[in-house]
Amino acid sequence: MIDLSTTYLGLHLRNPLVCSSSPLCQDLDSLRRMEEAGAGAVVLHSLFEEQIEAESLDLSRYLDYGTEGYSESLSYFPDMADYNFGPDGYVEHLREAKSLLQIPVIASLNGRTLGGWIRYAKLLEEAGADALELNVYDLPTDPERTAEQIESELANLVAAVAREVKIPLAVKLSPFYTSIPSVAKRLQAAGARAVVLFNRFYQPDFDLERLEVVPSLWLSTADELRLRLHAVAILFGRIQLDLAITGGVHGATDVLKCMMAGASVAMMTSALLRHGVEHLANVLVGLRDWMTDHEYESITSMRGSMSFRRVANPSAYERGNYLKVLRSHALFPTG
Amino acid sequence: MAGFRAVLDGNEAAAKIAYQCSEVIAIYPITPSSPMGEWADQWASMGEPNAWGTVPHVEELQSEGGAAGTVHGALQAGALTTTFTASQGLLLMIPNMYKIAGELTPAVFHVAARSIAAQGLSIFGDHSDVMAVRATGFCLLASASVQEAADLALVAHAATLEARLPFVHFFDGFRTSHEVSRIEVPTTEQIRAMIDDERVRQHRSRALTPDHPVIRGTAQNPDVAFQGRETVNPYYLACPTIVQQKMNQFAQLTGRAYKLFDYVGHPEAEQVLVLMGSGVGAAEEVVESLVKQGVKVGLIKVRLYRPFDVERFLAALPSSTKHVIVLDRTKEPGCIGEPLYQDVLTALVEGQRQPMPRVLGGRYGLSSKEFTPAMVHALFELAAAEKLRNHFTVGIHDDVTHTSINYDPTRTVEPEDVVRAVFFGLGSDGTVGANKNSIKIIGEETELEVQGYFVYDSKKSGSTTTSHLRFGPRPIRSTYLIQQATFVACHQFNFLERMDVLSVAAPGATFLLNSPYGPEEVWHHLPRKVQEQILSKKLRFFVIDAFKVAHDAGMGGRINTVMQTCFFALAGVLPRDEAIKAIKKAIAKTYGKRGEAVVTRNHAAVDSTLSRLFEVQVPSAITSTKAPRPTVPAQAPQFVRKVTSLIMVGEGDKLPVSAIPADGTWPTGTTQWEKRGIAQEIPVWDESICIQCGKCVLVCPHAVIRGKLVELEQLAGSPDGFKSAPSRWPDRKQQRFTLQVSPEDCTGCRLCVEVCPVKNKTETKLRAINMKPLEPIREAERANWDFFLKLANPDRRGLRFDSVKDVQLLEPLFEFSGACAGCGETPYLKLLSQMFGDRLLIANATGCSSIYGGNLPTTPWTVNQFGRGPAWANSLFEDNAEFGLGMRLAVDRQAEYARELIQKLRDVIGAELAEALCNAPQTNEEEIDLQRWRVDELKRKLAGHDSPLVRDLLSVSGALVRKSVWIIGGDGWAYDIGFGGVDHVLASGKNVKLLVLDTEVYSNTGGQMSKSTPRGAVAKFAAGGKEAPKKDLALMAMTHGTAYVARVAMGASDTQTLQAFREAEAYDGPALIIAYSHCIAHGYDMARGMDQQKAAVLSGYWPLIRYNPDLRNQGKNPLHLDSRAPSIPLKQYIYNETRYTMLAQANPAQARELLRLAEQDVRERWRMYEHLAAMPMEAKP
Repeated sequence: MIDLSTTYLGLHLRNPLVCSSSPLCQDLDSLRRMEEAGAGAVVLHSLFEEQIEAESLDLSRYLDYGTEGYSESLSYFPDMADYNFGPDGYVEHLREAKSLLQIPVIASLNGRTLGGWIRYAKLLEEAGADALELNVYDLPTDPERTAEQIESELANLVAAVAREVKIPLAVKLSPFYTSIPSVAKRLQAAGARAVVLFNRFYQPDFDLERLEVVPSLWLSTADELRLRLHAVAILFGRIQLDLAITGGVHGATDVLKCMMAGASVAMMTSALLRHGVEHLANVLVGLRDWMTDHEYESITSMRGSMSFRRVANPSAYERGNYLKVLRSHALFPTG
Repeated sequence: MAGFRAVLDGNEAAAKIAYQCSEVIAIYPITPSSPMGEWADQWASMGEPNAWGTVPHVEELQSEGGAAGTVHGALQAGALTTTFTASQGLLLMIPNMYKIAGELTPAVFHVAARSIAAQGLSIFGDHSDVMAVRATGFCLLASASVQEAADLALVAHAATLEARLPFVHFFDGFRTSHEVSRIEVPTTEQIRAMIDDERVRQHRSRALTPDHPVIRGTAQNPDVAFQGRETVNPYYLACPTIVQQKMNQFAQLTGRAYKLFDYVGHPEAEQVLVLMGSGVGAAEEVVESLVKQGVKVGLIKVRLYRPFDVERFLAALPSSTKHVIVLDRTKEPGCIGEPLYQDVLTALVEGQRQPMPRVLGGRYGLSSKEFTPAMVHALFELAAAEKLRNHFTVGIHDDVTHTSINYDPTRTVEPEDVVRAVFFGLGSDGTVGANKNSIKIIGEETELEVQGYFVYDSKKSGSTTTSHLRFGPRPIRSTYLIQQATFVACHQFNFLERMDVLSVAAPGATFLLNSPYGPEEVWHHLPRKVQEQILSKKLRFFVIDAFKVAHDAGMGGRINTVMQTCFFALAGVLPRDEAIKAIKKAIAKTYGKRGEAVVTRNHAAVDSTLSRLFEVQVPSAITSTKAPRPTVPAQAPQFVRKVTSLIMVGEGDKLPVSAIPADGTWPTGTTQWEKRGIAQEIPVWDESICIQCGKCVLVCPHAVIRGKLVELEQLAGSPDGFKSAPSRWPDRKQQRFTLQVSPEDCTGCRLCVEVCPVKNKTETKLRAINMKPLEPIREAERANWDFFLKLANPDRRGLRFDSVKDVQLLEPLFEFSGACAGCGETPYLKLLSQMFGDRLLIANATGCSSIYGGNLPTTPWTVNQFGRGPAWANSLFEDNAEFGLGMRLAVDRQAEYARELIQKLRDVIGAELAEALCNAPQTNEEEIDLQRWRVDELKRKLAGHDSPLVRDLLSVSGALVRKSVWIIGGDGWAYDIGFGGVDHVLASGKNVKLLVLDTEVYSNTGGQMSKSTPRGAVAKFAAGGKEAPKKDLALMAMTHGTAYVARVAMGASDTQTLQAFREAEAYDGPALIIAYSHCIAHGYDMARGMDQQKAAVLSGYWPLIRYNPDLRNQGKNPLHLDSRAPSIPLKQYIYNETRYTMLAQANPAQARELLRLAEQDVRERWRMYEHLAAMPMEAKP
């Protein structure tokens, strides 16, 4: 009998396949199908403090727009009883997911202010999240802000959240740190239990005919995996954090590579968006077949067994665009 | 048993009771009653129960006529039923009202009483609507205040069931419907106590049911119909006593006592005023004050006007009365006296009153004309001195038939212990919202009584607002604008130059100014008159740079919270700390559900305000020489200078009757004289990169961007900085192109910038037209604009009407309207005026386009250099298609008569000219121009002749030049209230063109759902998201088979729009164009309106089509699909708009489901259109 189980963030997972944070996770039916298809755990889509603020300010602006200026039309919209802003809808979704699923449910959070990070982290813990993934998307644009400042702020942030919540914390990082091992070590000291490598940047494109920067969202390719494998291969054994790979994990062989590089879990999104949630079952079959063919008895036995190599390097453009892309894709999933 | 205290307006007060007392509510929007329906719909969508614990059903109908029919049906089937309306809406209900009353059916109609359109439309308050239903058999019960709007609403609902007679419960539009006040709202228990459940069950037992069937609505013959009409008499005889009993019961429950005729005043009064409605408040103040001085005056407040109880009226009138002064808030031209006057007179005669007092009747307060204590004083004094002429008017200066009385406007009775605050603001700066908030705070947090009343100007962009707030220890009855304010706030510095904001300030008042200048420097920037007023009235003067404070707090231009904080700090209504705490609490309550960020920013604004509020040490000397700019320039026409300009500056009240046109005919082309300068930024042309495509000119909603092609020498003498560039027209290379913006007519909407296709290659954020701050370039651009206007317009005959590039050169004859900044409707109207303006007749349905198109003081439809331009008229909301058809019939008939006369005068005219006049084609500009020449020639030939035939021909010869009749309105008209007419006119075969400016809601009344509203969008009356799909009016019109039909969206394809307009006009029959019109009621930045239009088309939501029946005659498929198959998901279009996203935020599951259905609609409709457009035509035999 092949043992696919693994531990991640202190949680026992039946296999290392984790559905990572994506619009699919907004839909309870998709979550249920993920579990049925064999997912080891799910990471919910991110709760964005900045998006909450933007939507709130947008709504308020347009509800007031043009009001109280002309006597026949003193307003243009009915006043609704409530708006599902911010954390309320997310927290409710998390609760429902927890009651629906047997597998661990990891919440994801992207804050803007330290207060926001802490407040929302506590809310998610109270709502029953098994763990929390801190999605620290940060796009430096200020020439006065140094790398050291950025890394210190990150460590302080993780420490502040870790002080306030008891559930394990994973930190999802971008690949653009001078020394990933150094950053990982500081996060470990700050109280993180895992790092998730790497955040995928939503890189805008140029429309040369219209001379415009256009938002774009494309799914990951298998090429993107190598950067992650490389980083995990470096980190494995050097720090005491659990390691997770997200980005470029599409099939069974990708999962195997992740495990061999040293990851505890391999996270999938693009493959599920492309092939459907049921793709998870195929990956698990492939995983088992390969391990049978190659006489591996357990996942743990292969973890970290391979070294690393050079990979491609994505880049980022603009934080606002990143949010915009997420928002347009995420408001209502079709899957 | 006490009610609960609440701060609300008259509409909400009445609606609260109506809702609780009803099972079925049929609604339709009309100002000023719309909020009652909106409240009912909102409460129902939230699941609020009525007094019996069940949620009423609220149904919007297609018209008030429809609402009345539904009410009638619901009553017949046994439901407790109500409706809300006003003005023309009530008139549309009249046929059903006779039926409802004739069948002795209990019902209550709540009416925010409003003028009826006669010489002009007025949305404001008087009793001409309720007086028009006197004969229906409905009882008429009048409320005079917000408190009464709640109390007497309940009395009406209770009495109707006992009396078995229907009631109109009315209160004055705006003065009561929109006045905010603190009242005691009757509780559900009180409502249940007032309404006898047994009577409710009896009402149900009379309902139609197949279980024990009856028949109603029989046709009756001369033998019995008369007797049948008399059967109702006992009910009317019993009714007044029932109403009084219900009032007595109400008094026992609440402590608030009412009588059918309430008398207040001296027990031995000699002069007694009789009136009903809000004017009672002002009158009572005067009576109280005079009686205290021992003056023998009194007042009868009429509550139950129908049935009129003679006995109770006479009992209420003191026997000492020498003069009864009856005030009617309505006009019946040609009558002996207005209705209340006649009733009072009849009552006195029938009651054989001895001694018979003298009865003097007059009109007051029509269309919300102010009715003040000063007028009441004058009425009493003139009557006592036997100097009051009968059939007088008060409140105006009638220098034509000399009906008006003189009065001293400075006489006031306002008590000293009432805080009276007046605020001048912009609609967009949040002033009114903040003041409503302040009233709520004070009304809910203190023991003070409160009153708020708000005055708006007639523009939808850059509109000014004036708020009148009173706070005092006793109930406030001052139903008139504040005349002596103890606090004046001016929220916009530039108002000081164009408005007399301090004329209302009482001596010693506090003056708060939002000023970019600090306390040390502000004095020298004030106009001279303001300095004089501050010194002479000894005002305390404070300044704050509210825009800076708001901006720093992330609030943009919303200075509401900042100014509100200043008001509380200065007015002393509450201790400062308490006030700050209360403001913050109110902010959390108001904005809490919109999210924490909104609350945080508002709180930040409050926190940073007080340290930046400064008292100005007022110098003792006047230093300013700054005089106000003349309202209009000297070269303006005399009428504009003498009449229009006064209305512009808010002094229209001073105009005498003789100054006003007698028949409602006003000059066009007057917006050009009203330079409002409301934009903060205006577009500036970059001639070096412009490709001269004309898109910015095309989309400009206010016709402020214009292009001209000129010869180089014409530019001689142009002002410095006047721009031009070599022409990019291949056949006009030698000419120069110039593009100019009218700086003081621009609203700063940015549509032009967003639509510009050109990017600056070195800095891609710049385009060929870019926004720049107005002030630094205002004077220079004004000179440029003046020069530009003097440049000749191109010869229309050489221009291509199918090219946007050429169309930009056509002179617009619709300019500078008061429409919203970035309006999506007006670009179509401007285009229409450019293409066919000089031969255009327009029938305009009531709605946004009739307001920005015809609301005084100024009108945007204008004329060209030959004095020709669109002739425009508004009839009603519901009849516009028929109205336009009538115009067509008249024009055609006149043309036909002219042709007949030409044949009779052929010898005089000459055969060749006669033939050409009658039969020459008029299919293009050149041919039409030629026909104009022929008509001139005809006149020349007839000049030496005189006969009845010649005179007749001259009177109709203008009709020989082809006229284009366009019927214009919004979707509320075309899809709902006017649909029957639209359908009929489309079937008529007549040569009329219908242009539907489709905003998908009733925009003018504040965004209520129409049948054009798309599935999934939130609108008023569809608070839960509209569940039914949008009606496909184009498809319905195509089924006629004989009408030209097009669906256009300028932002998606401007050339298709041009094509549709040209084809529609050329088609010899009826044509319908449905034009996507983005709207402020969609909830997004209007600058992106054209992008949204494009997205609507790309998503397949708005397929562009043209259906031309002429093609069928050529054996071709008449339907042409001008847009491509959907290429972006629907949500990529709709979720840019608040009308959709707010449902996703308020009810995600419902939003998801409606999105799914809407996506399905798009797919199915596209398939159907594709199929129809691809169908092969039947081969010709």
